[in-house]
Amino acid sequence: MLAYLIRRLAYGVGVVFGVLFFLFVLFFTVTSPDDVARKALGERVPPAVVEQWKINHGYDRQLFPGPGAWQENMLFEHYRRMLTFDFGRSDADDTPIADRIRSGMMPSLTLTLPLFVLSLLAAIPLALLVAFFRETYIDRLGVVISVLAMSVSILLYIIGAQYLVGRLLHWFPISGFDSDPQLIVRFLALPLLVGVLAGVGGDVRFYRTVFLEESNTDYVRTARAKGCGEGRIMVRHVFRNSLIPLLTRVILAIPFLFMGSLLLESFFGIPGLGAITVDAIQGNDFSVLRTMVYIGSLLFVFGQIITDFSYGLVDPRVRLE
Amino acid sequence: MESYIVSNWVVGLLLAGGAGLAWLVRRSRMWSQAFRDIWRRRRLALGLVALYVVVALLDSVAWVGGVHPGEDAVAKHQARSVIDRFFADSQERSYSAPLAETEFYGGSALRKPGSHLLGTDLIGRDVLYLSLKGARVALLIGGLTSLLAIPLALLFGVPAGYFGGRLDDVVFFVMSTLASMPGLLLLIALIMVLGKSTLAICFALAITGWVGFCRVSRGETLKLRELEYVSAARALGVSEARILVRHIVPNLMHLVIITFVLMFSGLVLSEAILSWLGIGVDGSWGQMIDQARNELSRDPVVWWNVSAAGVALFGLILAVNFVGDALRDALDPRTAREAE
Repeated sequence: MLAYLIRRLAYGVGVVFGVLFFLFVLFFTVTSPDDVARKALGERVPPAVVEQWKINHGYDRQLFPGPGAWQENMLFEHYRRMLTFDFGRSDADDTPIADRIRSGMMPSLTLTLPLFVLSLLAAIPLALLVAFFRETYIDRLGVVISVLAMSVSILLYIIGAQYLVGRLLHWFPISGFDSDPQLIVRFLALPLLVGVLAGVGGDVRFYRTVFLEESNTDYVRTARAKGCGEGRIMVRHVFRNSLIPLLTRVILAIPFLFMGSLLLESFFGIPGLGAITVDAIQGNDFSVLRTMVYIGSLLFVFGQIITDFSYGLVDPRVRLE
Repeated sequence: MESYIVSNWVVGLLLAGGAGLAWLVRRSRMWSQAFRDIWRRRRLALGLVALYVVVALLDSVAWVGGVHPGEDAVAKHQARSVIDRFFADSQERSYSAPLAETEFYGGSALRKPGSHLLGTDLIGRDVLYLSLKGARVALLIGGLTSLLAIPLALLFGVPAGYFGGRLDDVVFFVMSTLASMPGLLLLIALIMVLGKSTLAICFALAITGWVGFCRVSRGETLKLRELEYVSAARALGVSEARILVRHIVPNLMHLVIITFVLMFSGLVLSEAILSWLGIGVDGSWGQMIDQARNELSRDPVVWWNVSAAGVALFGLILAVNFVGDALRDALDPRTAREAE
C-alpha cells in the first residue's frame, strides 16, 4: 500500500514535470519572451524598453542551461517559480497572478460546487430510471432526448437562457455577481440552470451505459431469480456495483471545480478563475494562461491519485500494490 | 498554386477516395453488414450527414470567371464556388428579416425583395448563404484534424501496444502528460502560441484529440497481439512490420472509425467555443453565433442570424451523433452482444 502510494506519487510528480516542460517549450521557445514583450508593449517601442520589460518580468536570462550556469537560465527559473507557486506578475497589466487566483477562487467555487451537486442529483436518478425501463419506449425516448440535449452547443444554451428567462420573463438578472448570500442565489440561478441543462444529456447517456452493462451480469439474474424486486435490484445491486466507473468520472471532475467554468463565468459576469482566463486570452496574457494550465494539470494529477485510492474503498476486491 | 486549385484537387481526391471506400465496403462482409445496419436504423441521420457533405463539396469546387457584368475588376479575378455563384447577387445594405420586402431598420426597399429565405445580416449578407458556407468550415475542421490525429495516434499507439517495454512507457507518459492538462485551456494555449490560422487551429485540436485515438489503438493492440492469428503469423516467420501493417492495423480500423465519428461532433462544438473566445476559424457557425449574440438585445429583436447558425450546427452534430451511435452498435462486438 505504502509502496504503491510512493510509486503513484512519483509518477504524478513526473507527469507534472512533463507538463512544465511542455509549457516551457510552448511559451518560451515557440513564442520567445521578445514576442510576449512586443505584444504587451506594442510593435513600435525601442529595444531598450523591451529589454527593461524583460528584466522587470524576469525574462532576461538565456533559455537553456549553458556551461557553468545551471541556475541562471529560463528553464530552471520556470520550474523554480511554478513548483514554489511563485507565479510572478501578469504579462498584460503587471498585477500579481497569485492575488488574482486567490480572489477568483471563491466566486468560481460558488458556481461550480452547486453545479456539480445539482448535475449529479439530476443525472444519476434519471439514468437509473432510464436503465430501469431498458428496452422500452421510455428508454428509447430518454436516449433520444439525451442525444438531442448533447447536440446543442453550450453557446446556444447560454444565449437562449439569457434571452428567454432573463429578457422575456424577467425572472433573474442576465448577468452579474454579488457575494451577499441573499442576492447570490438570484445571480447564480441562470448559470446553474444552463450548466445543468448543457451537461445532463451526456451524463445520463454515460451513466445509462454503465448501469446497463452492470444489469447484464450473472448476480443480477440471480437476484431476480430469488424474487428480488426490480427497483431494489437497480439501487442495491446495479448502482452499488457501478460505483467504480462512476467514481472515475465524478472524482476527476472535482479538481476542476476550482478552475471554474470558462464560458458560464464570462457570459454571466461571475468574477471567477474562468473569467480571469478569458480575460487573459483576450489580453494576450501568456503568464496567466500558463499558470492556469499548470494549476489545472496539478489538480488533475492529484484527482487521479485520489481516484485510484477510492477504488479500494468502494470495491474490496481491488488491492493496491 | 492558388488555393482554389488545391481545393478542387482535394474535392477530386475525396470523390475518388469515397468511391474506393464504397468499393471496399461492398467487398467486405463486416463493413457492408454494418452499413446496411446503419441505413436501416438511422436513414434520416445518414441522409442529413450526406447533405452536409454535398453542400461542403459544392462550396469547395471553385473557378474564376463567369461573373455578372456589373461587378468590379477585383471580383472578376476571384475564384467562386458553386454556392458563391448561386448567391452571387444577394448582397443587401443591412439587416432584413426572412422573406422581407424592405430593410429591417428604416424600411427602405431591398435590392432583391422577398428573395432572402433566412434574411440578411448586419452588413447585408444573405444568412442562408453564410449558413451553407459554414458546412465546409465545419467538415474541414473535423476532417483535417482527424487527418492529422489518426495517423499520429496509430504511429505511436500501435508500436507502443505491440512492443511494450521502454517504448510503451514513453508513449504512455506523453499521453498522461497531455491528458492531465485541461482540454480547453491546452487548446487555447496552443492556438495563442501557434497563431490563429485554420491549420494551426486544426493542429491544436489534433494535439488535444490525439490522446483519445492513441489510447484506443494502444489498448486494442495490447489485446490483439495475444491472439492466435498473430502468434501464427509470427511462427510462420512474418516480419514484425508486416504483422503490424497486415494483421494489427486492419483490425483496429473499426475502433478508429468509431472514435473518429464520436470525436467529430466534439471538435465542431469546440470550434464554436473557440470562435466565441475570438480564436475560431473564419466563416464557421461559431463565428456567426458570436457575431449575432448582441442582436438579441436589439429592439425589435434580430433572431434569424443566431437561429440559422444554431440550427445548422445542431443539425450536423445531431446527425453525426446518431450515426456514431449506430456505427458503434454495428461494429463494436461488445455492444453488439448487449443488443442481442
